[in-house]
Amino acid sequence: MSNLNQFAGQARELLRRDTTWPFLVPRQRSPDVSKQVILYLEGLNVSFDGFKALNDLNLYVNDGELRCLIGANGAGKTTLMDVITGKTRCDSGSAWFGQNIDLLAHDEAEIAQLGIGRKFQKPTVFEAHTVFHNLELSLQGSKGVWSALTASLTSIESDRIDEVLKIIGLQNARFQLAGALSHGQKQWLEIGMLLAAQPRLLLIDEPVAGMTAEEAERTAELLTSLAGKHTVIVVEHDMEFVRSIARTVTVLHQGSVLAEGTMDQVQNNPDVIEVYLGEEA
Amino acid sequence: MKQFLRSVSLVLTCLLVVLSTGSALAQSQAVPPAVEEVLQKLPEASLRETGELVQQLEQVGGAEMRPLFETMLAGDLYFHKTSGELMAVQKNIAGELIGRDVFTGAELGVQGRRDIKKIRVNNRLRGQLRDAIGRIDLLHGSEAEKRTAVLAILDDLSANNLSLLQSAADVGVSKSVGDLIELANAMVRLRDGSTTDDRLAAIALMDDRLEAPVRNQLRRLVDDENEQDAAVKAAAQEALENITERIEFYGQMEQLFFGLSLGSVLLLAAIGLAITFGVMGVINMAHGEMIMLGAYTTYVIQQLMPASIEYSLLVAVPAAFLVSGSVGVLIERGVIRHLQGRPLETLLATFGISLILQQAVRSIFSPLNMQVVTPEWMSGSLAINPVFSVTYNRLYILLFALAVFVTLLTILKKSSLGLNVRAVSQNRDMAKAMGVRTEMVDAMTFGLGSGIAGVAGVALSQLTNVGPNLGQSYIIDSFMVVVFGGVGNLLGTLVGGFSLGVANKFLEPATGAVLANIIVLVCLILFIQKRPKGLFPQRGRAAE
Amino acid sequence: MNAMSNLIEKMTRVLTELRQPGKGSSMLVGVLLATTLAMSAANLLLPADSAFYVSTYTITLMGKYLCFAMLAMAVDIIWGYCGILSLGHGAFFALGGYGMGMYLMRQIGDRGVYGNPDLPDFMVFLNWQELPWYWFGMDQFWFAVLMALAIPGLLAFVFGWLAFRSRVTGVYLSIMTQALTYALMLAFFRNEMGFGGNNGLTDFKDILGFDLQADATRVALLLVTTLLLVIAFITSRAIVQSRLGRVIVAVRDAEARARFLGYRTERYKVWLFVYSALIAAVAGMLYVPQVGIINPGEFSPLNSIEVVVWVAVGGRGTLYGAIVGALLVNYAKTRFTAIMPDGWLFALGALFVIVTVYLPQGLAGLLQRFGRSESVQAARREEDAGSDSGISTREVNA
Repeated sequence: MSNLNQFAGQARELLRRDTTWPFLVPRQRSPDVSKQVILYLEGLNVSFDGFKALNDLNLYVNDGELRCLIGANGAGKTTLMDVITGKTRCDSGSAWFGQNIDLLAHDEAEIAQLGIGRKFQKPTVFEAHTVFHNLELSLQGSKGVWSALTASLTSIESDRIDEVLKIIGLQNARFQLAGALSHGQKQWLEIGMLLAAQPRLLLIDEPVAGMTAEEAERTAELLTSLAGKHTVIVVEHDMEFVRSIARTVTVLHQGSVLAEGTMDQVQNNPDVIEVYLGEEA
Repeated sequence: MKQFLRSVSLVLTCLLVVLSTGSALAQSQAVPPAVEEVLQKLPEASLRETGELVQQLEQVGGAEMRPLFETMLAGDLYFHKTSGELMAVQKNIAGELIGRDVFTGAELGVQGRRDIKKIRVNNRLRGQLRDAIGRIDLLHGSEAEKRTAVLAILDDLSANNLSLLQSAADVGVSKSVGDLIELANAMVRLRDGSTTDDRLAAIALMDDRLEAPVRNQLRRLVDDENEQDAAVKAAAQEALENITERIEFYGQMEQLFFGLSLGSVLLLAAIGLAITFGVMGVINMAHGEMIMLGAYTTYVIQQLMPASIEYSLLVAVPAAFLVSGSVGVLIERGVIRHLQGRPLETLLATFGISLILQQAVRSIFSPLNMQVVTPEWMSGSLAINPVFSVTYNRLYILLFALAVFVTLLTILKKSSLGLNVRAVSQNRDMAKAMGVRTEMVDAMTFGLGSGIAGVAGVALSQLTNVGPNLGQSYIIDSFMVVVFGGVGNLLGTLVGGFSLGVANKFLEPATGAVLANIIVLVCLILFIQKRPKGLFPQRGRAAE
Repeated sequence: MNAMSNLIEKMTRVLTELRQPGKGSSMLVGVLLATTLAMSAANLLLPADSAFYVSTYTITLMGKYLCFAMLAMAVDIIWGYCGILSLGHGAFFALGGYGMGMYLMRQIGDRGVYGNPDLPDFMVFLNWQELPWYWFGMDQFWFAVLMALAIPGLLAFVFGWLAFRSRVTGVYLSIMTQALTYALMLAFFRNEMGFGGNNGLTDFKDILGFDLQADATRVALLLVTTLLLVIAFITSRAIVQSRLGRVIVAVRDAEARARFLGYRTERYKVWLFVYSALIAAVAGMLYVPQVGIINPGEFSPLNSIEVVVWVAVGGRGTLYGAIVGALLVNYAKTRFTAIMPDGWLFALGALFVIVTVYLPQGLAGLLQRFGRSESVQAARREEDAGSDSGISTREVNA
């Protein structure tokens, strides 16, 4: 009897009018941001061997916003990015890109093609390729095996690469091997690679780690200029840097959101003072 | 312990025999004059007369005549044409005929083909000899010989034999032999008994016996068309089913034992790898050759101390550990150290080393397999019941594998080397910063892993051929065991080894050995793809 | 007019691209073609007592080397460019060889020892009454070739799909490939498999109606081998120089980065693996008629791993390196085993160690180290000229 009920339940699930069968859903869609929100994260839980990396986390990010995530080590910042980009499966919760794309139903490559770019904590570029080819490989477009075999560079694409090169200031290093770049240049190149893909949402993990003050300043300018056209989420430890770019700051603590607001608001928040900025305040 | 004592007593007997060959006088005195008289008639006797002579010999000589009868039964009894002296003659490896004294085993030198003549035996005589030996065993033999003799009688329950059993029981026997005699009586009662109750009681006694004659008699009874007694027939049928069930159970047990035995071999082969690969992350393709070195060390040790083969393995274990271990340290210092962080290159370089080691063994010894002797205490088998026995070598190796495993686990968990090894394997840089001499630890760990492989080689030399390719055949299996169990997890290696061994042996009856091997391999390949981190993965953020 | 000039521009561009990565590799193709042609001519046209006469034995030996070179190239494509160290490529080579062997076996017809027109000798020996189903159609050359490609290709696809999808990488993958070829070896050793068991397939008579023992057939086989090697080389070079090739190198160096850029890295790996397996199968197909035997020994893990050392010696990540490496090591092996048979394994083992420890980029790397200063200058000139064709000489060696 219970079997029958279960079966009926499954059938009902299959015939629901408000959903589409997965194989009928077009692979590439643009997120619906009619409500001005591009990222909805609700009730996310992730645990590793009993350690709760994310604990019932809720976070909303507006379209075109520049958002900074701060928090102590182990607060769950990187895990959060892993969940958004599909690297880590969450135990429960939901993650939507716009109102129409369920991020949890896609894998890393699909999510990247949906328009979410991610920069790693440690700068990761293709060291055996030139800067130019690094950008070429990052261009938006079909990423299939066959199209890669037959691909040739169109003038639109090469213009786009030039444009990106200008933005990240590596015009002169165009034919240099990426492996020969300095640490800061690699950081920029990686950001440039994200830009070449023209993503809607950029996730940037510690962009100024290991940069000189001057380089950090230029990076801050770059990120600020990106906001508006793209939505940018930055994870950073450097408070000076965060202060220089941030409009809205979200503080994570033990896997959930502790506070959210402008830098000043956050810094005066008693909870934050207690657990995170304690010594500084 | 009992085994050990037995081996000691055996060595002593050997020594005594060697000493006693000193004087020829001693050996002639070993035979009483009455017997000597009969023996002298033996060369000229016809076949029929020989039969009578054997009877006389048994009466006068008693238990002393057993070696003579055995030699005769084997067709090795000759007499010297000129002197008429009786001797046991056998060919040695060179094809020469070597004569020995029948009773003492003392060597009488090489005999010319023309100088000696065989004492002829025919089938009737052989039967008579067998009976005579059985009688001697039953009345005068050791516990085991008595058992064998009674078991032989179960096949042939003639009145003659039964009276013999009775006389044996009168002399006094142990409980287990007594049980067997009772069983023989029960079988007779079932065969000849007149009342149903009597026969049913006999069946009840036979119900749980696994001896083959019991089964045969019951089956004959069930199949017998002339058998009128339905109750007896039904009881026999039930007893037979009961017995078959138990035999099947023991068949499974045997299968399980073979599986565990193979598992212990896999465990031994893989456990060193679990350290070098699992803990250090170094792929050592020369691991199999470390096992091979261990096996060859055993061979060399046995060549060095031929007089005391019994103890050779005890010496070989530490020796093999040292040999393989130091070769391992050399490899680590010489090659692997330069390839840190480049696992694929390490794999290739160590493979090259394995080729060199194989060829070296081939050049130094020979491309042929070497003969490693199995000591007395490891040969033979332990009969748990008539249908289930385990060979001592497999049993000891199983225990040995577990002992090695426990020792290793203790070293890793309790010793300071173990602490250092674990520290280095988890975070090399941090360990270095804390003052651990990582290079030293690497070399020691690799030496330990290789040394264990050498010890495994000692055990394997008792089971398989010792040749240059010995290691090669284990390397893939060992890797599979480690990967299956979960890298970096010694307990996983234990479970992995035994489950692969058991799976292999249980598949074998259905598919044959080679196909079972293939199936297990393919299943493993699929399994690794399903769970790349093995049965017991290291979990958590650190493992990502 | 505009279209015309566009076309011309495109043509020149294709030509430059083809020529670009190296005088070295084009020269290699030329030398290969010239050498084999000269050898063939010397064998067929010159009298046997001439000083320049090349024996048929040498012709066959050369053909064998070239098959090995093709196999080495197959391994190099996935190891050098994609970082997948396969220790089981001998399996694809042998499967291709068995496909060809089955065709040749059927061609014997009733000329076998037992004179059975349908069954190969070993089946008659095993008392088999009829041909197993998988032997049907193998008497047709086209079908045999198709199967000799399809089976290894399919195996590579299934294996690769399973392995790469579950992200098995590095050493684990290597050991799995080794286990794969080991399992196949055990399987082919069984008589019941119907592939001749221990002895394999041998005693071939002719191929496509030509006598396999004839000098002309041997020469033709050598020429076909050279031609296919050159074709495989040019195709592979085109692949590694296309954007596909760049993605593959990207996957090798930073797989996660490539994935987060939207590339389905496992698909790239699978298709490259299949391509490489097909090249290996072709090499095997060409190998069998020339050496005249195929047996389960070809599946042995040692064979596969030996291929890896050829590639390592020549220089992985360069196609010509693989070819040169295979030729050099095999030539050395032939000479060595003739002079001192026992020494070869010592030499091979030492080669493994020396190359991995001291020459990680092989001979090609050594060449590049000598030529580095020159190429840096060339690159600088290119940069100054402001070329934006996007082609660089240094990053993708071919």
